[in-house]
Amino acid sequence: MPSPDLAREAERVLRICAACMYCDGLCPVFPALTGKHEHSGAEKIYLANLCHNCRACWHDCQYAPPHPFAVNVPATLAALRRESYADHVWPGALGRGFRRPALGAGIFVGVALAVMLMVLAPHGSWAALHRARPGPGSFYAVAPLGLMMGLAGASAGWAVLSLVISTRRFWRAISGEARLRLSPRALMLAAADIVTLRHLDGGGPGCNETGPRFSQRRRIFHQIMVAGFVLLVAATLAAAFFQHFLGVMPPFAPMSLPVVLGVAGGVAVVVGAAGLLAIEAKPEREPSERGETRLNLVFLVMIEIVVLSGLALLLWRDTAAMGPLLALHLGLVTGFFAAVPASKALHAPFRAAAILRSAAERLSRRRREARNAATFE
Amino acid sequence: MPTTWDVLVIGGGVAGLSAVIAARRLGAAARLIESAPLALRGGNARHARNFRIAHAEPQFFAPGAYTEHEFLSELVRTTGGGTDVDLARSLIADTTDVVDWLAGNGVVLQNPAIGAIPFSRRTAFLLGGGKAMINALYETAEKIGVVIRYDSEAMVLGQNGAGLWEVEIRKGAATERVRAQTVVAASGGPGLRAEGLILRGGAYSDGAWMQRLIEAGARTIGDPASGHMVAVDARGPRVDGGIVTRITALPYGLVVDRDAFAVESPGAGSGRTHYARWGARIAQCPEGLAFLILDAEGLSRAPPSALAPVRAATPAGLAEALGLDGAALARAVEGAKKLAGPPFFAFPMRAGLTFVHFGLAVDGSMRVKMRDGRIFPTLFAAGMIMAANILPRGYLAGLGVTLSVVSGRRAGEAAARHALA
Repeated sequence: MPSPDLAREAERVLRICAACMYCDGLCPVFPALTGKHEHSGAEKIYLANLCHNCRACWHDCQYAPPHPFAVNVPATLAALRRESYADHVWPGALGRGFRRPALGAGIFVGVALAVMLMVLAPHGSWAALHRARPGPGSFYAVAPLGLMMGLAGASAGWAVLSLVISTRRFWRAISGEARLRLSPRALMLAAADIVTLRHLDGGGPGCNETGPRFSQRRRIFHQIMVAGFVLLVAATLAAAFFQHFLGVMPPFAPMSLPVVLGVAGGVAVVVGAAGLLAIEAKPEREPSERGETRLNLVFLVMIEIVVLSGLALLLWRDTAAMGPLLALHLGLVTGFFAAVPASKALHAPFRAAAILRSAAERLSRRRREARNAATFE
Repeated sequence: MPTTWDVLVIGGGVAGLSAVIAARRLGAAARLIESAPLALRGGNARHARNFRIAHAEPQFFAPGAYTEHEFLSELVRTTGGGTDVDLARSLIADTTDVVDWLAGNGVVLQNPAIGAIPFSRRTAFLLGGGKAMINALYETAEKIGVVIRYDSEAMVLGQNGAGLWEVEIRKGAATERVRAQTVVAASGGPGLRAEGLILRGGAYSDGAWMQRLIEAGARTIGDPASGHMVAVDARGPRVDGGIVTRITALPYGLVVDRDAFAVESPGAGSGRTHYARWGARIAQCPEGLAFLILDAEGLSRAPPSALAPVRAATPAGLAEALGLDGAALARAVEGAKKLAGPPFFAFPMRAGLTFVHFGLAVDGSMRVKMRDGRIFPTLFAAGMIMAANILPRGYLAGLGVTLSVVSGRRAGEAAARHALA
């Protein structure tokens, strides 16, 4: 549960917003307040996750400090959002990771080191790793296929399982009292909002990540990073296909499908995450919530490290550095997936769930309006 | 920086911004003085939401049509014929390109299909409200080379032998003398000091500069004792509460004064004008204080307001929470057939002043008239400081921003042309 102070502050702020409604064109958070005198706990965490933190409402707010009402919607909703991650994550013990982001970073580093040691142990020393010969099958000389598959499968499986259960818990919480009708149209609408990150447009002109000036930077860098991630998944699938069905052993040729997809995806992730890091590293202090900024920074740095280690492996795979680099990359990938459930990664499915509820409500409102219009005719 | 400015604009609300941008776009060396700090800049336009414009055909921002003729006749009606019809007609003609002009200066309007704004043929809605507009106009002004000073108050105005204005500007403890060929006064309307009255607008639009211009010989227009008032939550801030402390549910409940006597407001039905009638009525209550009592049904019909109502199970409990006489309130509640039963809710209320029907008289170029019948050729007025020429009584929704833009633009252009001639 959010702390009583935070819940009270959110209630106070949302009340003022519901009375004002000047921001109703900026994003769906404000129209959802229409006519509401009070907001349940579930309603609040729904709104907190529907908020994309574009900060347009901070710069447009006539009641922002130094006004005595001191309305700060982005920071209030960010704090609530972080609490909602902590309250719904499975297993619950990971909740601490959202109050202290060191937990996620700790899992990442700890698991990465453990895996590196696991890879290293059979070889006896780093020096022995250096002696691994390049060429087809050389990766498996460093770490056997079974070990690699086991580590990747277990860590990715853990991440997916945790995200699925956490998201189910969150969805139950926010959809319980809403009585939603999830039509295919609602799913399409939600998907479109997610792919375009529509709610980062501030109602049209863009985000306000560094001041009253609008910008689409966050939206663009975020989607470059996501596209890169999709390409990396595709590269992995392609690699599996090459190996199992074509019998080609890694490392694959530079112009082969897995490598091309992997390089494109890797570069996109590095560029996208770097752009987001640049924005996140010097946020406007007042509308930012420090805990969320820290979560973002930890997550982005983790992503950069993992993907850079993969690109480094590709670059130097024909040299004596291949063995240590492979051990490093394998460790970091495993550590990353192990840490995902306690990381900012949770924002993706939670926000998607909130967008889905918003889309379903928008459709039912439209249906209602159409019905009313028909009655009057 | 020039030693003599072409145009010095006093007041950084939407009128001042319109004036200074228009002047700068004509090539004038223009400077803007804003008395508020950056975070509270923009005058009462910060609290604006929409603005009234004439348009002959449906536009993306407003459906249907709203002709200049219809605009003018509504203005004549609401002011009881008191408006300066010739000036109003020409300013209303200017409203037809206000949307394009604002958009050209970075202001974004809201698509009526998005969000929850009411259907409005007469007004266009600002995306994000008035502060978003203010932010955009300041950014544009800076970009085109307007020099802006915050926390700066114009104190003394005088003319030197060469006919140039000398204005003393105070920023904290420092004082600076600024020389300018023309001055645009866009510092907002006068304040109104009355017991128990709440000012809905910002603390920085206090009418002090207008008072100095009156002392310098400017002619006034309108009634300094008449203002547009609505009921606001008495627990809200004394100034700058804006829209959210407004109490609009009066038709759904019982209004009592400090002595728990029922208060009636003749002519205050549930129509659109009831807000202003109630505001004036509450101002006349003892200590300027009144209370709206609602039952659950009444509260459910009330739109959300910034502060939660006081709640009690009985009239006696409510009276205790509000500091009223229990027996008297019980009698009033019983006498009022409007209230079904417990629980009861209450909002303490005061009159909240939107603006005063008083200002400086201007000619068609927004030049300030003198008491002796002459005209200041290089002193202009724009925005709420001259609104009483158009609005000597009554109010039309969305007129404040519109009037500020068209009068500001006209004043800024006239001032620039004069200075550059």
